[in-house]
Amino acid sequence: MSETTHAEHPKDYSGAKLGMWLFLFTEVLLFGGLFILYAVYLQRYPEGFKLGGDQLNVWFGGGNTLVLLTSSLSVAMAITALQRGRVRQAANLVGVTVIMALWFLVNKFFEWSAKIHHGIYPSSGHLKEMPGGEQVFFNIYYLTTGLHGIHVLVGMFVMTWVLILIRKGKVNPDDYVTLENAGLYWHLVDLIWIFIFPLYYLIL
Amino acid sequence: MNQTTSSPLQRGFWEATGGRRGIGAWIFSTDHKRIGLLYFYSTLLFFCVGALLGLALRLELFSPGADFFTPQQYNALFTLHGVVMIFLFIIPGIPAAFGNLVMPIQIGAEDVAFPRLNLLSWWLYAIGAILALTSLFTAGGAPDTGWTFYVPFSVRTTTNVSLATVAVFIIGFSGILTGLNFLVTIHRMRAPGMTWWRIPLFTWSLYATAWVQVLATPVLGITVLLIFAERIVGSGLFDPTRGGDPIMYQHLFWIYSHPAVYIMILPGMGVITDIIPVFARKPVFGYKAIAISSLAIAGAGSVVWAHHMTTSGMSDTAVLVFSLLTFLVAIPSAVKVFNWVATLYKGSISLDPPLLFALSFIFLFSIGGLTGLVLGAAATDVHVHDTYFVVGHFHFVMFGGTGFAYIAAMHYWLPKIYGRMYNRKAAVWGWALMTFGFIVLYMSMMIVGMEGMPRRYYDYLPKFTFWNQLSTIGSWILACGLIVIFVNIFRGLFRGKPAGDNPWGGASLEWQTSSPPPLENFDYEPEVTHGPYDFKRGCP
Ligand code: HEM
Ligand SMILES: [Cu+2]
Repeated sequence: MSETTHAEHPKDYSGAKLGMWLFLFTEVLLFGGLFILYAVYLQRYPEGFKLGGDQLNVWFGGGNTLVLLTSSLSVAMAITALQRGRVRQAANLVGVTVIMALWFLVNKFFEWSAKIHHGIYPSSGHLKEMPGGEQVFFNIYYLTTGLHGIHVLVGMFVMTWVLILIRKGKVNPDDYVTLENAGLYWHLVDLIWIFIFPLYYLIL
Repeated sequence: MNQTTSSPLQRGFWEATGGRRGIGAWIFSTDHKRIGLLYFYSTLLFFCVGALLGLALRLELFSPGADFFTPQQYNALFTLHGVVMIFLFIIPGIPAAFGNLVMPIQIGAEDVAFPRLNLLSWWLYAIGAILALTSLFTAGGAPDTGWTFYVPFSVRTTTNVSLATVAVFIIGFSGILTGLNFLVTIHRMRAPGMTWWRIPLFTWSLYATAWVQVLATPVLGITVLLIFAERIVGSGLFDPTRGGDPIMYQHLFWIYSHPAVYIMILPGMGVITDIIPVFARKPVFGYKAIAISSLAIAGAGSVVWAHHMTTSGMSDTAVLVFSLLTFLVAIPSAVKVFNWVATLYKGSISLDPPLLFALSFIFLFSIGGLTGLVLGAAATDVHVHDTYFVVGHFHFVMFGGTGFAYIAAMHYWLPKIYGRMYNRKAAVWGWALMTFGFIVLYMSMMIVGMEGMPRRYYDYLPKFTFWNQLSTIGSWILACGLIVIFVNIFRGLFRGKPAGDNPWGGASLEWQTSSPPPLENFDYEPEVTHGPYDFKRGCP
């Protein structure tokens, strides 16, 4: 239990972290809705999902998995660096994370473009001619990776913002809960991708 | 909202404008009491809007045939009535308005854990409300799907459902942030001595509600996003011709919307639980049972959603399982009702307005709850599903329950916030009219529903005329009651006699500070040495 006094308002770190964890729960549940749909439709159309999965490019998906894992590592290292007082290094590592996020999005852009070029996107005539199972597969694929992509984009902005705060000294070795929380968010975005990758690209 | 009459009263937080003037002192303030009042006045506004729409619905139904509105207009009216009442009034109503106003004071904190996030929540709510209103007049006009947005109609209709879903998404996000804020506040900001078992039960109910809000609302978020995607990019996930399944929409929708009815009712129960012991001058009966039953309702309520889908074509096993689970929720609800009654038993009761509204709550909520069992039993539900019986039932719970609790909370806590008292006799008149009108209005609906009148139609068979006319007359009586109540309470709050710090003799912390409370709630560091219903030690 914290004891706040009227004179000063010390920052409540545990409170800030608790808030962030609750927020992460809500994110998990937001994606949870899509994963439920995935589970139900997979059970209904195992064939269609297999055929759909075969058409996704494992190299793109696998590459992006590596990119995100690396970026998770760089945030984690940034936090440690800041805790140990190495401000410069921390800033650089957050910068690396931002670049990784951008890289992920560029990859995603090419991957989606290729699919769209082949006429596979939600309301395309080509997709509508495919059997139901494959249609559902691609529709969930676009929605899930799209929603995830938006999260990567948001994460990129958050990381950039934290980078600016570090530069300005507002996030520093004595007060780094903002970086920690941004890191938690980033790990979650990464974690969700770790589920998306096998479910869509490696499906048997 | 600022009052102008000069008064000998201490103005407490009303004077602390933070250097801002006029409306800016409100919409940019991070003081939980100011945000609470922002929420209070916005939810009250939408309650009035929704009530007018409800009266319009009843007016159309006074006699068979299209009298005042076209069928399309009627569809838009009930959709709007539902959306406004659910998303703009009742979900934020008690937690965001009264929760913000009194919860931090009840636990002896000076504000919520994240004051700026709190303000952001209100802004998101306001933006969502504006978008919802915009959707009425733009691109295709007012949505006509009912507040449930069921596919396939919500995907095919040309009305502006897309914008309405975005509005619901944003309002939902606002609720999540409030819930998150309250959870952290209750965990981290309690005053010294405020142990978990000394927390007032209103705050306990907010705690349970906040969990449901945080855990269930994201599912609503994804559901309305899917409707949006379905309409904008044609994703077809609920379209059977494209391999989708419309029943999946119903599942997702109710996975949120059943728990949402606990977001609506739990804080109302909390208000009642705080009021009853004060006016019975007796410690609440079964404190722990009430606190735990809130959590039990929140938990059990999360696994009963498909009782709304008995006739959807879902498997019979699922129907039976969900029916059984639904009956289980009745247990913790009944625990509360019995505890309230046991608290009253042998108390020295003073029949002040807050208690009268609380008594109506118990009565009306019990009827709502028991008729809920009729709907929970699969066999009878098939018969009354989508009839006026359902409309009667959920108004008994939501309006007779939470709506009355909201008004009880106004009579109980607003004198604390404003420092002035309303006329008690007029409040009793308002209460009598409202309760009587309410019963006439909705009891008639239940009866006509049992006779087979379906909901969501502008027209009905002539044989249903009698009950419909009675119901509409009830709606007028109820409206008179509401007018008396609101006129009286606002006259009192702005011009009434000073209320004093503890007009009701409450023992929880909000009654120990001055009325109105100072900016950071207490002039001293509160130290808690007894429970919230310990009237012997709690009252000076
Ligand atoms: C003046 C008070 C009110 C009146 C006269 C009224 C009347 C009605 C009527 C006649 C309907 C049925 C429309 C139809 O199915 O054709 C209805 C539906 C509904 N009401 Fe009320 N109501 C009132 C207050 C409330 C309150 C306080 C709430 C919630 C807290 C509420 C929530 C709803 C909802 C959710 C629906 C369902 C809308 C839909 O079918 O999509 N109402 N109301
Ligand atoms: Cu339900």
